[in-house]
Amino acid sequence: MDRAVRVRKLLRLNWFGGLGGWVWLLIVLIPLYWIVVTSFKDQSAYFTQNPFALPSAPTMTNYQLVIQSDFPRYFLNSVIVTIGTIVPAVAISFMAAYAIIRGAGSKFLAGVNGLFLMGLAIPLQATIIPVYLLIIRMRLYDSLLALILPSIAFSIPLSVLVLSNFIRDVPKELFESMRVDGATEWGMLRGLAFPLTRPALVTVSIYNGLAVWNGFLLPLILTQSPGKRTLPLALWTFQGQYSVNVPAVLASVVLTTLPIVILYAVSRRQLLSGLTAGFSR
Amino acid sequence: MTATAPPVAPPAGRTASARAGSSAAGRSGPVAWMVLPALLLFVVFGVVPLVGVLVLSFTQWDGLGAIHAAGFSNWKSVLTDPQLPHSILVTFEVMILSWAVQTPVSLLLGTFLAGRQRYRAFLAVLYFIPLLLSSAAIAITYKALLDPNFGLGAGLHLGFLTQDWLGQSNLAIGVVIFIVSWQFVPFHSLIYQGGVRQIPATMYEAASIDGAGRVRQFFSITVPQLKYTIITSSTLMVVGSLTFFDLIFVLTAGGPGDATRVLALDMYKRGFMSNQMGPASVIAALIVLLGLALALLLRRLGGSTTASQQEGA
Repeated sequence: MDRAVRVRKLLRLNWFGGLGGWVWLLIVLIPLYWIVVTSFKDQSAYFTQNPFALPSAPTMTNYQLVIQSDFPRYFLNSVIVTIGTIVPAVAISFMAAYAIIRGAGSKFLAGVNGLFLMGLAIPLQATIIPVYLLIIRMRLYDSLLALILPSIAFSIPLSVLVLSNFIRDVPKELFESMRVDGATEWGMLRGLAFPLTRPALVTVSIYNGLAVWNGFLLPLILTQSPGKRTLPLALWTFQGQYSVNVPAVLASVVLTTLPIVILYAVSRRQLLSGLTAGFSR
Repeated sequence: MTATAPPVAPPAGRTASARAGSSAAGRSGPVAWMVLPALLLFVVFGVVPLVGVLVLSFTQWDGLGAIHAAGFSNWKSVLTDPQLPHSILVTFEVMILSWAVQTPVSLLLGTFLAGRQRYRAFLAVLYFIPLLLSSAAIAITYKALLDPNFGLGAGLHLGFLTQDWLGQSNLAIGVVIFIVSWQFVPFHSLIYQGGVRQIPATMYEAASIDGAGRVRQFFSITVPQLKYTIITSSTLMVVGSLTFFDLIFVLTAGGPGDATRVLALDMYKRGFMSNQMGPASVIAALIVLLGLALALLLRRLGGSTTASQQEGA
């Protein structure tokens, strides 16, 4: 009887929570559905049809228009900047996190860790003016490297935090036994820490990759010529050019988001578990 | 993603020194240099610009020509500019309201998602999608969606939706807060989901034996147990809200009038549109100070053990 009451209570509140969950799902999905549906409509259908109706005559013209613009170049720029950022960023953050955990007790490393943690609390985007000056002085203005270098720096604090959380979980005995076998710190970093923290490395890569792929401020300020545009900036200028052609603008939104959605579909389990583990402790 | 974090080849000269030392103190020596590449990049593009903001706030620079010392004139002119209190007000308005919307929603969703039914995993997958879109893409989408002539309201012939959402001050702020929540609630509910999963199930069992209902359990166990998660999530929200630039820039460009001109936008407009890098640096310095103060405040609120929590201990 007591148990029955409890079960009933549980069910009632789950129902309530479930309702909220599904309502939020609608809030999330309706705009997404609208983007995709509208991107397959032509102009007249956009102006006359119910916005949520499926296109009566689906068309690929919007996508053709976008792809025939300089879209492929912007896409390539985004790929270069994203990969060019996350590979070195994750590699050096991993080394730093390894050093901070393995060298615990060193005042120098504790200080460096403190510096990185401070970086978490400071909106680094606010330092864009000196970064702009620095990039000009380095003669890197209007180059993809101008986007890559600050992006690496901005991604270090969070990467080190998440990675060091994971390296800390590697049992000390494993390090000790490898040391007894004559392994160097490099050997342990590669043979022990690297395989055991691989999930975290993937998480951090995707998280940083997302931030860089979607970055707007750095390309806006540190580049100038159309040939150096990345996708979010291109999207913005595209919107200016085609402001009347909303379906075409939305097709470009779909095209810039699609690669990320595919990546997410492939790696979501890893990303989600890594994120929840990385932040919640 | 297999392209990430390739094992880097060891520089030859270092391996020998890395082998030396076995005591804890001796060990930190050979390991310490591994932090240097990250430290170097972070100092050059993070710490130096941080100091640079302060230095530039005392100079006159148009973004192209020479830089001249300007004493306190930028600070004086910005601090007496009636625009500044307005921008600060708007920044706090966006920060506080978006926090007030996002926290309860993500807390409830996170608690719900931490349950075990299969469809919740499916929901979590879909929830995450808004985070994949760039703020620019989201702003462009909502701008079209809210268009009074061709957007949602006009298409559905719903009067209340057919407003000039981005043309009226209060509505525009509301739209910004809605979109921010749309974008980031999924992220924060995942953080809370992780937090809830770490609460020992025995606490709930004990509570339900004592006759506590689920609502009671939520407020007496879940919320207090999530204290540090709430602080972490709030810190990310609050400090993050100082950097809402791209969303607002693309959505309203600070308008209508200056209704959505947050500090970050104020900085951009003064610096890169009016070519006044000095005053813009003053604003930037204020943003940095604000971020730091808020993070410290939230940390203090979390009590003394927060430090180790944030460091993941």
